[in-house]
Amino acid sequence: MTVLAERPVSFAEAPEPHHEHGPSGFLKWVTSTDHKVIGKNYTVTAVIFFLLAGAMAMLIRAQLANPDSTLLSQHTYNEMFTMHGSLMIYLFVGPVAFGGLANYIVPLQIGAPDMAFPRLNALSYWLYLGGGLLMMTGFLTTGSAADFGWVAYAPLSNSINTPGAGPDLWIVALILTGFSAIFTGVNLVSTIYYLRAPGMTMFRMPIFTWNMLVTGILILIAFPVFTSALVFLWCDRHLGAHIFEVQGGGVPVLWQDLFWFFGHPEVYILALPFFGIVTDVIAVFSRKPIFGYRGMVFATISIAALSTSVWAHHMFTTGVVLLPFFSLMSYLIAVPTGIKFFNWIGTMWRGSVKFDTPMLFCIGFLGTFLVGGVSGILLASPPIDFATHDTYFVVAHFHSVVMALVMGAFAGFFYWYPKMTGRMLREGLGKATFWLMFIGTNVTFDPQYLLGLKGMPRRIAEYAASDGYTTLNRISSVGAAIIFISVAIFVVNVVVSWWNPIPAGDNPWDAATLEWATTSPPPHHNFLKIPPIRSRRPVWDYNHPEDRILDHAHKPRLGELVAAGGGTAVLLDEIGFDGEDGAGSREPDR
Amino acid sequence: MGTRGVGRLRRNAQFLLLSALALGLGGCSLPTFGGFRGATTQGQTEFKLWSWMTIAGAVVAVIVWGLILWAIIAYRRRDPEKMPKQFQSNLPVEVIYTVIPLIIVGFIFFYTVGAENKIDALAPNPPVRIRVTGFQWGWSFSYTNAAGKQIALVETAQPRPPLLAASPLSSEYPRFVLPLGETTQITLVSNDVVHTFYVPAFNFGRQALPGVTNVFDFTPVKTGVYAGHCATYCGLYHSEMLFSVAVVGPSAFHKWLNAESAELAAS
Repeated sequence: MTVLAERPVSFAEAPEPHHEHGPSGFLKWVTSTDHKVIGKNYTVTAVIFFLLAGAMAMLIRAQLANPDSTLLSQHTYNEMFTMHGSLMIYLFVGPVAFGGLANYIVPLQIGAPDMAFPRLNALSYWLYLGGGLLMMTGFLTTGSAADFGWVAYAPLSNSINTPGAGPDLWIVALILTGFSAIFTGVNLVSTIYYLRAPGMTMFRMPIFTWNMLVTGILILIAFPVFTSALVFLWCDRHLGAHIFEVQGGGVPVLWQDLFWFFGHPEVYILALPFFGIVTDVIAVFSRKPIFGYRGMVFATISIAALSTSVWAHHMFTTGVVLLPFFSLMSYLIAVPTGIKFFNWIGTMWRGSVKFDTPMLFCIGFLGTFLVGGVSGILLASPPIDFATHDTYFVVAHFHSVVMALVMGAFAGFFYWYPKMTGRMLREGLGKATFWLMFIGTNVTFDPQYLLGLKGMPRRIAEYAASDGYTTLNRISSVGAAIIFISVAIFVVNVVVSWWNPIPAGDNPWDAATLEWATTSPPPHHNFLKIPPIRSRRPVWDYNHPEDRILDHAHKPRLGELVAAGGGTAVLLDEIGFDGEDGAGSREPDR
Repeated sequence: MGTRGVGRLRRNAQFLLLSALALGLGGCSLPTFGGFRGATTQGQTEFKLWSWMTIAGAVVAVIVWGLILWAIIAYRRRDPEKMPKQFQSNLPVEVIYTVIPLIIVGFIFFYTVGAENKIDALAPNPPVRIRVTGFQWGWSFSYTNAAGKQIALVETAQPRPPLLAASPLSSEYPRFVLPLGETTQITLVSNDVVHTFYVPAFNFGRQALPGVTNVFDFTPVKTGVYAGHCATYCGLYHSEMLFSVAVVGPSAFHKWLNAESAELAAS
C-alpha cells in the first residue's frame, strides 16, 4: 500500500496532465500494456467471436426449422453446434467480462493507474487472441473443426472416435485461453487487493469490483483443473496415455468430473461479472445506494463457494454420483441468488427509476434470469433431471441464463461505452435492440422448454415430421431471427456513434462510482485527480453533498480509533471490521 | 380485521388446503406443464415431483416478477428534481428473505430425496432382465434369465444408417417389449462412447457409460408403444440412434418372448 501514498489524493490539487508518450494507431494496439487499450482489444475481439457464434446459431436454427432437414449435413451440423458453444462460452461471455469490461473498469473503479501486472495483462490478451484464432483454423483443416460438442466428453474426444487436426487445434486453443484466463485472474485479484486508492476500503468497493475479485478467485480454482484436463486429453490422443479410456485402465467418467469441476464454477465466472454490472447500474438509474450491500457481497462469496461443490448435478444420469449431496448443494445456490434478486428489487424500491437503455437491459436481465433460475432449481432435482437431461429443456434452461447474461453484457456496454469512447450510443436504437432482444429471447427459448418436455434430445441434426416437434421448432427459429435483427441494430448503433458522435461528458448518467470522476475516455494513467473516498459513492458525494451517506458521521469506528497504529487499521479494513450497515450504525432516517 | 374477516380468511385457507390435498392425492389431476405423466410407476413418481415443484417455482417466479414490475412502475421517475430517500438496508427484511428460501429448499430437498429413492430402488428378484448395450449408432436389448444366460435378442439392424429422419417408432429401429405391471430390471452398458438410454414417456434417462454398469427398474403401468432416443451426443449419427419400447399385457409378453427365444435358438 505504500506505493499508493505517492499518488495525488486531493480532488482539488490536480497536477499537470500527464501526457502519453508512445506509439499510436496499429502500433499502439499491438504494443500497449495500458489496461484500457487491452480492455478495448478484448471487448472488440470478444464481440467479433460473438457475431461469428451468432451466425452459427442462425444456421442451427435454419436447419431445425423444418423436419427431415437437409440444409446442413449431419457432420456440418455437429461442427456448428460444437463451435457455436465453444465460441460463446470460451471466447465470448467470459473474456468480454473478465478480459474486456473488468480489465477496463476495475482499475478505474478503485482509483488505480493500471492493473497490477500490465505486461502479464498484455500476455493474457495475446494468448486469448492466439487461442481464438487457433480454434477457428480448425475450419481450414482437411478433416473439420472440432465436432465433439463443447463439452468434449471422453471417449468420444479420443483419437479413434474424433481423429484429425481440428480437434487438436480446439484442445491446444483452450489450453492457451486457459492460461490467459488464469493470468487475468491473478491480475484481477492482485489489483483489487493491492492497488486500491487511499480510502477505498474493501467494503467501499463497487459491487462490480467485488464480483470481479470473487470471479478472479474462482478462475484460479477452476481454470487450472480444466487446463490440466485438456493436457491429459492431448496426452491420450497423442501419447497413448489412456487416462480417459477403459482399455489400459483409464476412467472415462473422470473427464466428466474434471470438466464439470471447471464447468460449474465457470457458469459463475460467466455470471458474477454481470451480476455486478446489474447491481451498479440499477443503483445509478434508481438514484439510490445499493440495497443490502453487505448481503450482496456475502451472497456473491457464498455463490462462489457453493459453485465448487455442485459439479456433479451435470452428471446425475451417470449413475455414479451421490445424488442427495449434489442436489442439496445445487438447491442452496438459490438462497444467495434469491438474496441478490431481493436486493436488486430493494435498490429500486422507493427510488426514482429511469429507463435508459442500460437500465432496460438490467430489467430484461432480471426477468430472463428468473426463468433460468427457476428451471435450474427444477433441474437440480435428480428425478426431474432424469426425465429431461440432455434434452431441449436443458438447452432452454441455460440459454435463459446466458441470454440474461448477454443482456447484462449489453447493459454494461451501453453504460460504459461513453466512458470508454467519450461518445454516447443512440438511445432510440438502443431501446430497439433491447426490446427485440428481450422478445426474441423468449420466443426462441420458451418453446424449447416444451420441446424438451416432449422428449426432443439436444444436438440432433434432424427429426421426423411425425415426432411432433415442427411447430415449436419453427417458432424458436423465428425468435432467433428476431435476436439476429436486434444484434444488427446494435452494430448499426456503434457505427452511427462512430461516424456522427454525440460527446458524452465525464458522467452522463449521474453515476456514483469512481470511474465517473475522470474524463471520458480517461487519460493515460486514469486520474488527474481523485475525489475523497469517504463512502461507497465518492462521485455521488461530490455531486450531491445534500444526499450523501458518509460512514459513521456521528460515531468513530474501531478502525479509526486505532488508526494511529497504521497497519492495524488496514488489517481491520481487510477483514471487513468497519462496522457499517449494522443496525446500530445505520444512517438516521431523513 | 374483525372476527368475521378472520373466519372468512380461515375458511378460504381451509378450502385452498383441501383442494391442494385433493390435487395431490389424485395424481391424475395434477397439471402436466407439458411433461409426461409417466408410463411406469417410477415415471409417475417423477411426474408428481415435477408437477408440485413447477407449481412452487411458478408461484415464486410470479411473486418476484410482481415485485420487479411493481418497483419499476410505482417508482418510475416522475419528477426529475425529486431525490428519493437514500436508504440502503433493512436488516429484518433481509433476514426474512434469507430464511424463507432456506425453508423452501428444505422442503423440496426432502421430497426430492423421497422421490429419487423410489425411482432408483431395485427389486430383489425381478421377473424380467434385459442387458442393454448402446453402441455407435444403435442399441442391443438382450433378454437374460436369472442365471445371466441370453434368451432373446433385439438389436439395431443397420448401425450406420443413411439419413432417415424417421420416427423412433418406425420399423427401421429396434423395438423391445416389456410386460405390463411386472418389474423389468435393465442393466445398461456401453463399449465405445457415452450414450444416454432415454425414454421420454417413462420420464427416465440414464447414461450408458464405458467402464460403468448401470442398473435400474421399470414397472410399466400403461400399455402402448413409446419412443426412445440416445440423448447424449455420441458422434456423427447421434440423431439416428433411435429405438422404441412396447408395453403389452403379461400373456402377450410371454408369447412374444417365447417366439423370440425360439428364433434365437434356431439361428
